[in-house]
Amino acid sequence: MSTIIPIGPYHPLQEEPEFFRLHVEGEKVVHLDIELGYNHRGIEKLAESKSWDQVVFLVERICGICSTSHPAAAINCMEDLGAIVAPERAQYIRAIICELERIHSHLLWVGLAGHFLGYNTVWMWSWKYREIVCDVLEKVTGNRQSYAMFKAGGVRRDLDQDDIPWIMESMDKMKPVVDLFRGAVMDDPVLHARLKGVGCLSAEDAINYAVVGPTARASGIRIDVRKDDPYFAYPWVDFDIVVYEEGDVYSKAMCRIDELYQSVSIIEQCLKKMKPGPIDLNIKELPPGEGIGRAEAPRGEVFHYTLSDGSNFPARYKVRAPSYTNILSNEKAVIGETVADAALILAAVDPCYCCTERLTVIDEENNKSVLGQADLLKLSQAKTETLMKRLSL
Amino acid sequence: MSLKIQALTRSIWVYHLATGSCNNCDIEILDCITPRFDLERFGIQLVGSPCHADALLVTGNMTTKNIPRVKAVYEQVPKPNVIIAIGTCALDHGMFDGSYTSRVKVDDILPVDFYVPGCPPKPEGMIAAVAKLIAQLRQ
Repeated sequence: MSTIIPIGPYHPLQEEPEFFRLHVEGEKVVHLDIELGYNHRGIEKLAESKSWDQVVFLVERICGICSTSHPAAAINCMEDLGAIVAPERAQYIRAIICELERIHSHLLWVGLAGHFLGYNTVWMWSWKYREIVCDVLEKVTGNRQSYAMFKAGGVRRDLDQDDIPWIMESMDKMKPVVDLFRGAVMDDPVLHARLKGVGCLSAEDAINYAVVGPTARASGIRIDVRKDDPYFAYPWVDFDIVVYEEGDVYSKAMCRIDELYQSVSIIEQCLKKMKPGPIDLNIKELPPGEGIGRAEAPRGEVFHYTLSDGSNFPARYKVRAPSYTNILSNEKAVIGETVADAALILAAVDPCYCCTERLTVIDEENNKSVLGQADLLKLSQAKTETLMKRLSL
Repeated sequence: MSLKIQALTRSIWVYHLATGSCNNCDIEILDCITPRFDLERFGIQLVGSPCHADALLVTGNMTTKNIPRVKAVYEQVPKPNVIIAIGTCALDHGMFDGSYTSRVKVDDILPVDFYVPGCPPKPEGMIAAVAKLIAQLRQ
């Protein structure tokens, strides 16, 4: 007989409240049900009532952490529709904002993974260093989140040329930080024991579940929209796709940490190559037709589609976000693992699990709560402690 | 000032309740307790259970599917408590006004005491709100 553990749907500090039902037999997870839709705000329908300019602001609010990936896909979509090519300087500014967002998002994930493992120091440290990126974003765009920088045919604000040395300096500060986290993950025997071989997603499953972004790249699938379908300034800069073969939580963590180096390097190259020039084409209207846009969010490929009837509003707007496919892959990754690892594996695809999770174990027979969220977190943290003792640290 | 209110203003434990937000306000709330802002200096702490909370931080535009859950959470919070609505969505749906899933506002469901506007409000703004709230409660 299996016991059901409902996780969610009400997770404090979670972007999209998902509901997981873990079916467990003893310690082993045997089945997983996923229910979505608590955060459904009807954005696609709302987009039909917004003008093209407003759509960019609307899709920005799909996800606060990926708050520049959705606008990026949206303007790619509109520029595809109108066959518009934005000025070079605008393309560089867009790439810089996208990469800054990737750094802040990955650092955020590293911190939360640390929290799940019982390493709260990692959480505090990574969020402390994330502030460097937030400061740069605030200086460049005027806001810490939701940057409102993009529009079809250009960007809304120019990057002040006088700020560039300071941004370069901030990026230099990021390098030792990434070294620190990479070292912390690579050298810690406890983390190796906790993360290696846990929550494996094979390359075959990765393809079958159509996972994207770091989740796919950690399973050995070489996909990255920035290389496969270059947009913005990505064709003009030099960077690598980080691929790991194992597909476990450790690979996912390393994949994200290594991507931080690439992002810092891309920003530096963009800042060096950027030349003064126009930033906006002042597009007034878009022609009738269809357009598609893709962008590589920190979590994977964002896809937008639009149908225009030549009016000021989209006739149809369609969004596909990366978490949607990534979350479903949990079904494969979590089965056969222990309950203590479940919270970590569910978080490993980066579905924006922030902070505390409410979990309750319910006995199927008398419908009584037997194991709470705090207990599960304690279980996970206790496992780390036991490992520490066993490895005599 | 009653003993209960006096106790409430000492070290506020907050429970964070996302009612269909985009996570912007939510990560800024988390940001408040990390080293740059470090609200734990003042005894303000995020708790995992509404039963331990003195204050509810409500974000998001209250989607229909969330309403019963929000009510269930509110019933568990010990009274007296304070409810702070954070972000433009929690105030009046902001960008999502007119959506088929956002028919009610946060203050139709919960007795909101404080509003912090912004998309998202800065951590400084939230801290200022909490400081003003404590000052007001003490009067």
